[in-house]
Amino acid sequence: MKKSSSATEQTLKKMNWFDKLAHPGQFLKWSKYLVLPLTIITILLFTIGLWFAFFNSPEDYQMGDTVRIMYVHVPNAWLSQFTYMAMAVSAIGTLVWRHPIADVSMKVAAPLGAAFTAIALFTGSLWGRPTWGTFWEWDGRMTATLILLFMYLGLIALWKSFDDQLRAAKLIAVLTLVGAVNIPIIKFSVDWWNTLHQSSSISPSGIAMPPSIYIPLFVMMFAFTFLFITLHIVGMRTEILRRKADALERKSLNQNEKRG
Amino acid sequence: MSKILPSYSLKVKNLQLIRSRRDILSNICLSVKSGEALILRGANGIGKTSLLMALAGYLHIEAGLIGWEKTKQDDDEKTAYEDMHFISHQYAIKENLSLTENLKFWADMNGGSKDDVFMALEKAGLGHGADFEALMLSQGQKKRLSLARLLVSKKPIWLLDEPTSALDSEGDKWVASLIDNHLDDGGLVIAATHLDLPMKKNKRIKTIILGQDK
Amino acid sequence: MSMKPFNAILIRDIKLASRSFGDVLTLVLFFIMIGVIIPFAIGPNKMLLASIAPGIIWMAAFLSSLLAIDRFFRADFEDGSLLAMRHANISLSAIAFAKLIALWVITILPLIIATPILAMMLFMDFEILIRTILSLLAGTPALIAFGGIGAAITVSLKRGGLIAPVLILPISIPILIFGISSIKANAGIGVESAAMLFLIAISLLAMVFAPFAIALALRLDQE
Repeated sequence: MKKSSSATEQTLKKMNWFDKLAHPGQFLKWSKYLVLPLTIITILLFTIGLWFAFFNSPEDYQMGDTVRIMYVHVPNAWLSQFTYMAMAVSAIGTLVWRHPIADVSMKVAAPLGAAFTAIALFTGSLWGRPTWGTFWEWDGRMTATLILLFMYLGLIALWKSFDDQLRAAKLIAVLTLVGAVNIPIIKFSVDWWNTLHQSSSISPSGIAMPPSIYIPLFVMMFAFTFLFITLHIVGMRTEILRRKADALERKSLNQNEKRG
Repeated sequence: MSKILPSYSLKVKNLQLIRSRRDILSNICLSVKSGEALILRGANGIGKTSLLMALAGYLHIEAGLIGWEKTKQDDDEKTAYEDMHFISHQYAIKENLSLTENLKFWADMNGGSKDDVFMALEKAGLGHGADFEALMLSQGQKKRLSLARLLVSKKPIWLLDEPTSALDSEGDKWVASLIDNHLDDGGLVIAATHLDLPMKKNKRIKTIILGQDK
Repeated sequence: MSMKPFNAILIRDIKLASRSFGDVLTLVLFFIMIGVIIPFAIGPNKMLLASIAPGIIWMAAFLSSLLAIDRFFRADFEDGSLLAMRHANISLSAIAFAKLIALWVITILPLIIATPILAMMLFMDFEILIRTILSLLAGTPALIAFGGIGAAITVSLKRGGLIAPVLILPISIPILIFGISSIKANAGIGVESAAMLFLIAISLLAMVFAPFAIALALRLDQE
């Protein structure tokens, strides 16, 4: 609360360029032109990346062909964290600027993040099978990723528990930020715990890479990142349209009520 | 009251409120200052409670302006939002505590004293049961106890949501006298009600009927 | 700021808990029962039980506090007390801080007092018992602080029930890790004291920052 003894609260609406761009209706208009180019870029990147990954990169002398799982695993592991970052930035947008577009961005990102995290875990365990001999190992990275998946699923469950999505957005934004603050602590504690209990576990991502591996890897990272951006924008458009349909329904209901 | 209450004025211009994606109030203008009471009237569901909550600073304002201003400076640094008390339709009573304990808590929270608690219970007509648990109270008595919070809270601005609900005509008169006394002391009252309050009709009572200008 | 409103909240919450003592007792009972069913699950082997007893006690405390989360702010939210406190002579974050302390006293302290009963049944050493109690004292404030955030976020949901624990459990895992490592570590010297320091650091930071998050969430709940 303000300290000045004469408190005058001003909340007059301003429209700057950002508000204009981020207004849901405007967003629908300009994002329409992005969907197709983004889709094309994503498909191209995937074609190049997958071709490299399957036909133009060497086998690992220890792991053989299973090393190719890395081209899916690493980008997904990166996106599992990148998506949370995007969600945390949106959460700040929701709380500080109270912008509906930030709400929508946050909501759409959660299932995407959960999917990337789940794929990272799944490919990780496929990769771990020949390396560790088991599908699951209480490895520091794997465990931290599992906890991240729980956090995404909790956020999705919370979105579903609220009827009023506007109220939900602000409260979920608080939780998202609390989670973001905690992620480094969780990673640190899990690593610490892991080194405490098992000193000798081979982490498959700790290998030195020749260019023939990391070039396709980078292409695949870009491909998956563009996949995220494309899906995120398409998801946001769908959510905005759904909310518009809801609002229209509500309006017609109210009008009928008044007539009747 | 011995101490002169700090005085405030409120100006609301073109206020628009949206809750749960519904446009509940738009283009509200009003003004009131210390020593005056503002009575908000209107049918159920017209947004009286929301307007009160917005004035209390709970709600996000979609458009327009709510301006509280301190008209007379005094030594304490409180803002209007720290100098008000809101009585909602919920009683905020703990049934496992006695009446005295209930009120003593609010006195501690809002700057009242122990003597205020006894006085307030007497005035609310609950003095004989001061040590009973609040569990025993009827709805009307609970309403009186929640209103008695005003008497132990040293707050110049009162926001009252349906202060007479659950009360009989005797209770209505009591509420009216509470408001009258508070105005005499230089307080400011904003009350939402759908009933006429039997107050001394005079210039200092303003009434606004919501939902008529449409 | 005078301490009067702060103390008033503390005293009121503790008084309320002592008037409805059944709730406190139920939680203690749940805590002990979790400890007691473990031997049924893994067999009454004295050595085995003694070696995992600190973990069992931490798990029991962890689950009991998760069970209590939903009640943290619900009564005050539903009877309008939180709304009426908004304009008190104390900020909402300070109110949240006072409530966290009161919640620790009425949910965690009874569990810590009941810990020796479990220790006895799980064949714990006296020294390990003392260390367990110390680690609970150091770590549970963070547990309550996180729980408070979960409770504040879900208090406006009619069916809050299970959702708050599910949200809070993942971010509480570091507390569990450091809590148990601070009692008994089988790797290296100095690990226990390092874990203890991390535990205390998390608790302090959580108790400092959680009240602001809780106050923010409670404000949003009333919008």
